[in-house]
Amino acid sequence: MDLSRRLEQVAVVGAAGKMGSGIALLLALELGYRGLEQPDRTFILNLVDMNDAGLQGLVRYIRAQAAKDGEKQINRLRALFRDRPDLVDNQDMVQEFVFEVLLRLRTGRTLALAEDALLVFEAAFETEEVKQTIYRDLAARCRPETFFFTNTSSIPLQGLSEACGIPGRLIGFHFYNPPAVQKLVELIRPRDCAPELAGLAGELATLLRKKTVPANDIAGFIGNGHFIRDGLYAIREVERLAPEAGFVPALHLVERVSRDFLLRPMGIFQLIDYVGIDVFELITRVMSRHLGEDLRSGLLERVLARGIKGGQDSGGSPRDGFLKYLKGKPAGILDPESGTYAELAGPWFQAAEAKLGPAPEPALSWKALSRDPAAPARLDAWFQALRGMDTLGAGMARRHFQASRATGLNLVRQGVANSPEDVNEVLKLGFFHLYGPITDYLA
Amino acid sequence: MRPMPKPVFLAAGAYTVSLGPGRREFNPRTARPGLEHYIREAGRAALAQIGDPALIDEGVIGNFMAARFNRQGHLGSLMTIVHPSLEYKPALRVEGACASGGLALATGIKSVLSGLAEVVLVMGVEVQNTVKALYCADYLAGAGHYEGERKDGPAFFFPGKFSERAGAYAARIGPAPARNAMARWYRNAVEHARLNPAAQEYHNTVPDLMAQGLTPPNPKGFTEHLNLFDCSKVSDGAAAILVASEAGWRSLGLAREDVVQVAGMGQCTANLTSPPADLTELTTSRMAAAQALAQAGIPIRAVGVFEVHDCFTISGLLSVEALGLAAPGGGAELVLGGATARAGECPTNTGGGLVGYGHPTGATGVRMAVDLWRQLTGRAGDCQVPLDKEHGIMVSMGGNDRTVVSLVLRR
Repeated sequence: MDLSRRLEQVAVVGAAGKMGSGIALLLALELGYRGLEQPDRTFILNLVDMNDAGLQGLVRYIRAQAAKDGEKQINRLRALFRDRPDLVDNQDMVQEFVFEVLLRLRTGRTLALAEDALLVFEAAFETEEVKQTIYRDLAARCRPETFFFTNTSSIPLQGLSEACGIPGRLIGFHFYNPPAVQKLVELIRPRDCAPELAGLAGELATLLRKKTVPANDIAGFIGNGHFIRDGLYAIREVERLAPEAGFVPALHLVERVSRDFLLRPMGIFQLIDYVGIDVFELITRVMSRHLGEDLRSGLLERVLARGIKGGQDSGGSPRDGFLKYLKGKPAGILDPESGTYAELAGPWFQAAEAKLGPAPEPALSWKALSRDPAAPARLDAWFQALRGMDTLGAGMARRHFQASRATGLNLVRQGVANSPEDVNEVLKLGFFHLYGPITDYLA
Repeated sequence: MRPMPKPVFLAAGAYTVSLGPGRREFNPRTARPGLEHYIREAGRAALAQIGDPALIDEGVIGNFMAARFNRQGHLGSLMTIVHPSLEYKPALRVEGACASGGLALATGIKSVLSGLAEVVLVMGVEVQNTVKALYCADYLAGAGHYEGERKDGPAFFFPGKFSERAGAYAARIGPAPARNAMARWYRNAVEHARLNPAAQEYHNTVPDLMAQGLTPPNPKGFTEHLNLFDCSKVSDGAAAILVASEAGWRSLGLAREDVVQVAGMGQCTANLTSPPADLTELTTSRMAAAQALAQAGIPIRAVGVFEVHDCFTISGLLSVEALGLAAPGGGAELVLGGATARAGECPTNTGGGLVGYGHPTGATGVRMAVDLWRQLTGRAGDCQVPLDKEHGIMVSMGGNDRTVVSLVLRR
């Protein structure tokens, strides 16, 4: 059965979540255009989630985003609606397109909604227990030819498909957040993956204008294989520096170095907050269980025990985690003992900044470099300067770089990634790093 | 051509900031002033320059599409918010697409010529940033022939129509001179606008405007022959000026040096349902300007300052040809040589024009008259150019050169 036929009946499970809603949007738009191009066929997108309010929010989100997409693709719409004399203005056509997109959506709380689906995308909560329950249920309900695309970012697939009775029918199709924007999909083929499914996954990625990087079926894959260890390295650095510097200044130093010295789009603790401390911690558990490597952290557990989880609210604004946010920007640092936040100002802040020392000259930022065609040469000069600086910040940057590089190299050595290029690609596309970890800048 | 039956004058001009993309205070995500704010601000700024507003006999307001942009019709009645003395006097809204402001002036002038009014408050207004540019394009497409050309026309309708003209012009004189001259037009417009605090491009600090103007067009996302810098922006604004007989301006307490005379007026309309015969010529504009000059009894070389309807840079080039400043196909060379810059021999659009000041469509014709009045009476501030000639000319164009009003003003 070809992809075109399968797209007539699609389901997203966990559709109201952060990742699920992005995946639902991508599919809804694709089915919207497809429906206009092939008016004699019916395309249905079943959106399943336990959360009714979330599903309503999802439909609103798809409505708003479909209008934006229709506006961007107005020439395509004008061509598609050429034979509709009732649609003349751009506005008429965009509104009609939004209606066509919404027409394809069916929402509901039970997996019964997915039983006719020929393609099921699953973006449920990241625990094996939850995923197993869902797939066992789906295995009983869906047709034998249905294929399953999981968005898991950490759980090995072979065991999951065997345990749930869907051997060969499950593939890892790991979008990055937000799925509608991020170009990367990490593609994980479990050992028994049907060749037809692998082919369809490649075809689907092209259709959704995603770039795939293959990762092997080892817990954490490439993205989390690097991110989790990078985060844990940062936590250990804080714990190493804290006895002398104090916890808050230590976290500030590590955050500053990871963002402003390594020139990343956000500091490592802001990234952990963005993903969600709870999600990060769940992934450390999954990876620890499967890899026989202790990736757990007492600090994470202590912070979570205080109910501090990070993540985002329904409007996409960051919730407080290791950092406090004001208007979306970091404004304070958590003291896990008291559960309060220290403002990024005052004597402690100035002392920490003085201790850190200056960044290399001329000043560079991730934002400016990300749009600068001369970025490689500037990065070269930057890291050249960092090599020669004898400051706390430069030393921390060198250590962090080397740890990140070692993690990248280990992913290749352990067979998670097929090549250093694949590791670099995931970090560049999925995490918006300006350079991959396996480079020689500070090696 | 008969001369004006009696002298008619313009006085007490004013216009608002042209608000929209480019202005620092513009934020599409926050609430902004609406139609009434602009009408009130421009109207009151004009009235502040005269003695007794009760001496105004009539009001005329030019507006193109408030019914769609602002869901508001009946703008003649809305003029009364400018001053209580306008209550129970005649007032009307006139519409002729982007020439609505020019038509409002023509209407006011005819009222004074008829003898039924001594002083007419003429205004123009448009508030367009109520919708995204893509939908703004829908509303503005109403200036074309909806039944005949909208359905198969481009998404950005008027940029598409003038892109066709730019393509034809490039085919006629060569792509490089055409593109260079359009870039130079953009550069002039922004450089002039930087001297005009009310201009939409007043805050523009781009160092190399020519390079920006030379940006290759993006046929897939926009148009084949025009880039975004070739286009006037989506604007909110209003303008006001008084049209008066001699007795009228005297009664307002004004002196002769405060007013300019309408020496000639041309008004032409072409068939909306048929496409332009020659894409490289603004035929209707040429005829209206010729009428205005003939009525004024002067040749174009007697004119010292120019206001043309550069809704796109290509319309600027074609306008200088329509005025007779250059032979057909010669506009590009004239502009590239710097003649239309403020220091050139034909200073054009000295307040920025549509590309630089902005294009609140219904207000534009009136804004042109205000800029000419300011230049001819020495009130143009930093935009002032030295003038050794007595006349200025404006061409207010609607749609694809379908409705045109041209005025020759005399110091």
